[in-house]
Amino acid sequence: MAMLEFIPQLGRRTLQSIPGLGAASRFLLTSLLSVFNRHFSFQQLFRQIYGFGVRSLILMVVAAFFTGMVLGFQGYYALVRFGATSALGTLVALSLLRELGPVLTALLFAGRAGSALTAEISSMKATEQLSAMEMMAVNPLAWVVAPRLWAGIISVPILCAIFDLVGIFGGYLISVPVLGVDGGTFWAQMQSNVTFSGDILTGLFKALCFGVVVTWIAAWKGYTARPTAEGVGNATTLSVVTASLTVLGLDFILTALLFS
Amino acid sequence: METRAIDWWVGIFVLLGIAALVVLALRVGNLSGFAYDSGYVLHADFTNVGSLKTRSPVKIGGVTVGEVTHIGMNPKTYMANVTMRIEPSIKLPIDTGASIYTQGLLGEQYIAIQPGGMPQNLKPGATITMTQGAVNIDQMIGQMVFSKAAGSSKSSGSQ
Repeated sequence: MAMLEFIPQLGRRTLQSIPGLGAASRFLLTSLLSVFNRHFSFQQLFRQIYGFGVRSLILMVVAAFFTGMVLGFQGYYALVRFGATSALGTLVALSLLRELGPVLTALLFAGRAGSALTAEISSMKATEQLSAMEMMAVNPLAWVVAPRLWAGIISVPILCAIFDLVGIFGGYLISVPVLGVDGGTFWAQMQSNVTFSGDILTGLFKALCFGVVVTWIAAWKGYTARPTAEGVGNATTLSVVTASLTVLGLDFILTALLFS
Repeated sequence: METRAIDWWVGIFVLLGIAALVVLALRVGNLSGFAYDSGYVLHADFTNVGSLKTRSPVKIGGVTVGEVTHIGMNPKTYMANVTMRIEPSIKLPIDTGASIYTQGLLGEQYIAIQPGGMPQNLKPGATITMTQGAVNIDQMIGQMVFSKAAGSSKSSGSQ
């Protein structure tokens, strides 16, 4: 009978997770809407965009550059067998704009900024700073959470656009001067096969969705962490793991919906 | 960090994002490719357009002078009706011909225009009548194989 014990356990877990999802959704909506709250400060928002966006810039640029260069190399070796190296520009641009740009930006963002966000909020909770704010009639959702959520949502698409551009430039540097693909063909093929709304804007829309999801998960994990040193650590790990897996899963769904 | 410096950095960051989007749109997405918007429209009926697509190039002597804007079907003649936009500075005589060629063996298909010699020019919206559709490589190989087979059986029969 002990073996069958996992069935009611599964039921209990499911029932427990549904109110959790509801609470997390309410948390997201309340935080996002508290831009209209008097405790929301644009100064804080700019400070967070600086922390999340500007300071992730170097990481993104380096990662994008290498991703683009590897794409150029790999694409070349696959295409040269068929004498189709003229399609290399299209391959590099479409891979980056549609999939790699948004997904890698979101994954790096989850590691670079999401983890910091969870650690910050959960240690604020552990040291009872959030309770102290409530005591002073300051809404912690408006003062602490909302600027961070909005900063993430604003930063990720911008980082993604920069990632795409630098990645394509890296692919160009490997394809044209190093591997000897014709430069005119590289750009012309890219331009005739990439559409602005279908590929570029859709990719950035994906990045926007990922930005919401990653910062939401990070903030929620921080906000619900157990207020102990161990709880802070656990929450930070869980935040990165959950955010990364959710981004990958959501990417599949978005690709199936947007590019089918 | 000083608040003013943060504001500056965030401003630069947002500008960088916008700049990246603009460069992507112009250089990668070819949003500037609406250069033929000012061009005039010509039609041409083909028996077979092969894999020609909208935005395929229209060339004269290898130089791109326009693009395909629409491909439709003429329900009366069952011919494929191709609409294209040509640069306004290019004036074509009325006995101009159009053919669909392939770039290389497996490349993209494009419309090649052979200008004629008549003094009158095609008016915007006119239809090019002298056309040659896309060559179907499968069909060609098939014909070649069959004619070879027929030829060899004939030669073996005469011996």
